[in-house]
Amino acid sequence: MMGRANAGKVTVGDPLPSLTRTVTTRQLVQYAGASGDFYEIHYDHEFAKSKGLPGVIVHGALKNAFLAKMVTDWMGAEGRLLSMSVRYRDMDVPGDPLTCHGKVVDVRADGTVRCELWLTNGKGVTTTTGDAVVRLSPAR
Amino acid sequence: MSEPSGLLEGDSVISPAMRAAIGRRQPPVTAVVERGAIHRFCEAIGEDNPLFVDDEAAVHGPHGGIVAPPTFLRSIAPAIPPLPDGDRLPNVLDGGSAWTYGAPVRPGDRVTASVELNSLAERSGRLGPMVIATYATEYRNQHGELVATQEQALIRTGGRP
Repeated sequence: MMGRANAGKVTVGDPLPSLTRTVTTRQLVQYAGASGDFYEIHYDHEFAKSKGLPGVIVHGALKNAFLAKMVTDWMGAEGRLLSMSVRYRDMDVPGDPLTCHGKVVDVRADGTVRCELWLTNGKGVTTTTGDAVVRLSPAR
Repeated sequence: MSEPSGLLEGDSVISPAMRAAIGRRQPPVTAVVERGAIHRFCEAIGEDNPLFVDDEAAVHGPHGGIVAPPTFLRSIAPAIPPLPDGDRLPNVLDGGSAWTYGAPVRPGDRVTASVELNSLAERSGRLGPMVIATYATEYRNQHGELVATQEQALIRTGGRP
């Protein structure tokens, strides 16, 4: 899991190892507690319905955390995450397998690497997109 | 998120009071980063990377101990101030975040965060008019080092009541 990527081996087009998570309502409650985001659309079904939502929805920031984990697992202990952005394009719901994907899109001379990130739901729809810039450990 | 600030004139839902809030920085908040809070956050997101969860293994890592995972700072975000006239657009969804990272966050650090409203942009969507409010948060540690910046887009709609 750690130290998988280093600057000498990474090339444009390389995929990042994907990561799949199926969120439960219990995990949404756990995340609400850990993050302090207690907006009721994430754990109160009736409240979520009253806001016109199909039911409770996954915190965008939890999807952000999954995408970040994919990147930090891939880059290993010596890597540094320099920046990361995510856009939530659609909502996700508990019980649906969410899969994080990534692909190297730029390898620069200074050892920094840019990756595109995206997350698909169980139907294969991309609900979140983003990118990350990392500095990998020197070539070995 | 760098949304172009295409403010519409005329029947804009962005009121003068909303617009006046742009650039207003909230008082900073300071939080001590507790080791237990990092562990609970890691449990909540399903994080098992030794860098973030294994005190013994992390001692031999690059930081000499565990550090907080990248999105942990969400847990010490300062309260986003109410948007003036926000009751016109009462429904709020998170549109996304753009982060930059500096110094690592370690247990025991004192992190000070301050947020300001950066921009308001108006769009029309499925649920009628919407306003994308972009907030910028800066996080610094007890040494004054920049730990991270976060730009967060909140999407406000009227939608259903």
